[in-house]
Amino acid sequence: MRFAPGDRVRARTLDPDHHIRLPRYVRGQVGEVVEAGGEWPLPDDRARGIEPPRVETVYAVRFPAARLWAEGAHTVTVDLWESYLEEAR
Amino acid sequence: MGGHHDAAPAAARVRNLEELAIAAGLATDEELDAALADLYANASPVNGARMVARAWTDPGYRELLLADGNAAAAGLGFGGQTAHYRLKVTANAPGLHNMIVCTLCSCYPVGLLGPSPSWYKSLAYRSRAVREPRAVLAEFGLDLPEDTEIAVWDATAETRYLVMPCRPAGTEHLGEQKLASLVTRGGLIGTAAV
Repeated sequence: MRFAPGDRVRARTLDPDHHIRLPRYVRGQVGEVVEAGGEWPLPDDRARGIEPPRVETVYAVRFPAARLWAEGAHTVTVDLWESYLEEAR
Repeated sequence: MGGHHDAAPAAARVRNLEELAIAAGLATDEELDAALADLYANASPVNGARMVARAWTDPGYRELLLADGNAAAAGLGFGGQTAHYRLKVTANAPGLHNMIVCTLCSCYPVGLLGPSPSWYKSLAYRSRAVREPRAVLAEFGLDLPEDTEIAVWDATAETRYLVMPCRPAGTEHLGEQKLASLVTRGGLIGTAAV
């Protein structure tokens, strides 16, 4: 497990031709890890029929709305596979 | 599949999808029928409401529900309904309101909430819930105090979310069964107070 609760992470700006579960609205954005939600097969691999699919930790990552939309006081928490994330400095 | 829905265009599309899934070896017709029968027999917001009412009356259960949703569901006999995903329960509190959405499709814990309402699957709800939840909640008739923090949970992976509403004031005298009857599907999604 690469990240821990409280870590600041950036959602990578991935844009592959195949299926991905990284919502476009968080790509490139910095958030904070809330918790790890277990290890799950990577949907990118499952959608392409890759056997066996890679299995990664999925993290709940919280983003402030102000960062996502430049307005709003709420937060949005998104579940992201580990390879969708990088350390935010 | 059969019966009176066959004439509807949606039914034809569903049947096409089923046939593709069967042709690809992903499922058999019998398995699909069994899954649907199970859904209609066992998936209901009454299940989620019972879990919330138990948590309101039993601090130990509340602790379990927030720490391990799947174990808490299994504890009330809903292990089958929550077998294929991780269940995470997010508790409302004074000054904090939670709300769930699936921006990619319409994921939610169907076994505990019943089949999802059409608005939950709508592009409008899915796109606006993450962007302007306060306005969306107001349209549902839920006007939150300005200083109440709103936490939106987008179910993009294998976790399914359920909101635990605050126990309404003035319900101290009510038993668990009566309390469960107060909890609505909207309350469990976060579009209603309870």
